[in-house]
Amino acid sequence: MEQKKTEQILHLLAKDSRLTNQEIAVMLDSTEDEVAETVHQLEKDKIICGYHTLVDWNKVNDEDVTAVVELRVTPQGGDGYERIAEKIKDFPQVETLYLMSGTYDFLVMIKGTTLKEISLFVSGNLASMEEVQSTTTHFALTKYKELGVSFATPKSDKRMVVTP
Amino acid sequence: MSDSMRELLSKTVTNLKPSGIRKFFDVAKEIPDCVSLGVGEPDFDTPWHIREAGIEALKSGKTFYTSNAGMPELRKEICDYKKKKMGLTYDPMKEVFISVGGSEAIDVALRALLNPGDEVVFVEPCFVSYLPCIVMAGGIPVSIPLKEENEFRLTPQELEAALTPKTKVLMISFPNNPTGAIMEREDLEKIAEIVIAHNLIVISDEIYSELTYKSEHVSIASLPGMQERTIVIDGFSKAFAMTGWRLGYALGNAEIMEQMIKIHQFAIMCAPTVSQYAAVKAMKDGEKDVVMMRESYNQRRKYLMNEFRKLDLPCFEPYGAFYAFPNISEFGMTSEEFATRLLHEEKLAVVPGSAFGECGEGFIRVSYAYSIEELKEAMRRMGKFIKSLRSK
Repeated sequence: MEQKKTEQILHLLAKDSRLTNQEIAVMLDSTEDEVAETVHQLEKDKIICGYHTLVDWNKVNDEDVTAVVELRVTPQGGDGYERIAEKIKDFPQVETLYLMSGTYDFLVMIKGTTLKEISLFVSGNLASMEEVQSTTTHFALTKYKELGVSFATPKSDKRMVVTP
Repeated sequence: MSDSMRELLSKTVTNLKPSGIRKFFDVAKEIPDCVSLGVGEPDFDTPWHIREAGIEALKSGKTFYTSNAGMPELRKEICDYKKKKMGLTYDPMKEVFISVGGSEAIDVALRALLNPGDEVVFVEPCFVSYLPCIVMAGGIPVSIPLKEENEFRLTPQELEAALTPKTKVLMISFPNNPTGAIMEREDLEKIAEIVIAHNLIVISDEIYSELTYKSEHVSIASLPGMQERTIVIDGFSKAFAMTGWRLGYALGNAEIMEQMIKIHQFAIMCAPTVSQYAAVKAMKDGEKDVVMMRESYNQRRKYLMNEFRKLDLPCFEPYGAFYAFPNISEFGMTSEEFATRLLHEEKLAVVPGSAFGECGEGFIRVSYAYSIEELKEAMRRMGKFIKSLRSK
C-alpha cells in the first residue's frame, strides 16, 4: 500500500480505533483485504502498538493516583541511558517513560491506587537504583485533557442545529 | 401592528417568502437529543494560528476601520493566492474588495449591475439568498431547475432556453450548496461561449472552491475572454472554517468593483478589522489546514455515499462542498414531510431539498461536516426510518 494511504490509516485509527477495516477501506478507496494486510503489518512492525480506550477513571472511582517523577541519573558508558530506561520500563507501575532534555533526565509517569503505594514504589524501586542520583515526585490533582480530548467539558456542537 | 402601519412596509420585502430553512430550524431546535446533519458550515474550529492572529490584532488595539475595500495587505494576499489557484492576475488595488461574508458580495454585485426589469438567470437548487437578493436589487429572477440526471450541472441547452433579450446576468455556484455538484472545465467552456455570445455578466459564487474531491476546481473566470465579465465571489468561511468571522471577497473587472465598493462603502463601511487580520494569516499559512480538512471531508463523503448504497437510497455522486443530495421520491411524500417525520420519529435533522428551490423537491440535503462517529449514528437512524417506511 502506498505510504500516504498507510499514514491515513494510522491517522484514522489513532483517532478512533473502533473503525472496522471495511469502513476504513470505504473512506480511503481501498479494499478490506488491503487494509487488513496493512494494519497487520503495522502491528507486526510495532508501529501500531495497541488499541486503547480513553477513560476518565475519576468518574468511575476516586482511587486512582497519578504521579510524575523526575529522575536524575548518572549513566554508565555509551548506552547508559538506554540501559537505565530498559530497567525502568519493565516495572508494571510505569505507564509512560521519556528521556528528557533539561534539568533532569527521565520523566516517569506512574499510576497507583494510593499515595503511599506510589511513594513506596519510588523509594523502593526507583531511588534505590544505583544510577539514580535523585527523584522528585509530583502527584497529579486533576486531569483535564488527555490525547487531545478534554475531560471536563461535555462534547457539544457549537453550531446551530440547522443552517443554510 | 395596525393595518395602516403594515401598509408602510416595503411590498418588495413583505412579498418575499421567508427562508424554508428558518422554518425547519425553529422545529429542529426544540427537539432534544436531536442528531443533526443539517448544518451548512464546517465542524472544525478555525485553525488555532488563525485565531491567534485575530487575538493578537485585538490585543494590539487594531480595532479601527480599514479602508472601504479592505486592508491593502489582505487584498494583496488574496490576489497572490488566487494567482496561484486560478492562474489569473487581479490588481489588489482595483480588482478585489473585502466583504462581510460571501453573502454581502453577492448582494452588492447584483445591486451594482441591475436596473429594474433586468433578468438574472440562476441555477436551482441553490443557496437560499440568491432569489431574494435578485428581487431586492430590482431584478427579475429566472430560475433554471437543474436535473439529477445531469448530476445537477448546468447544460448549454438549459442556459440557451432561459435567455431572453432582457437577460443581463448569469449566476452560478459550483461546487454547489445544496447538491454538492461541480462543473468541470469542459462543462464551463460551453457555458462561457454562450455567455460571451449574449454579452452577459457572470456572478460565480465559488465559496466552496477549495472543497472538491475529483479534480481541482476550475473557475469560469479563468476561461478565455471570461475574466473581465465574471465577478468571482469567494471567502474564508468554508475553506478555513471561519463562518462566524464573516469575511468574504469579490474579484472582478475594476469598473464593476468600483461600483460595488461604492455600495459597500455606504452600507457597511468596511469588513470587520479583526477578521481581516486573521484572514491575512489564513492566506499566508492556512493551506495545510485546508488540505487536512479537505481530506477529512472526502473520507466522510465516501463513508456517507457507501451508507446510502447500503440503504439503497439513490444519490448521485457529489464531488464538491460537503453535501450529498439523496433522492427520496420513492417514499411518496414531499421532502418537507420526509424531513419533518425523520426529525420527529428518529430525531435526525436534515434539510428538505425544497428549501433550495422548487426543483429540490424529492431530495434532502445531508451535510457531512460531521465526525464519522456522528455520521454513523445518523445513518443508523436514517436506516431505521427508511426501513419502517418501506415495510408499510
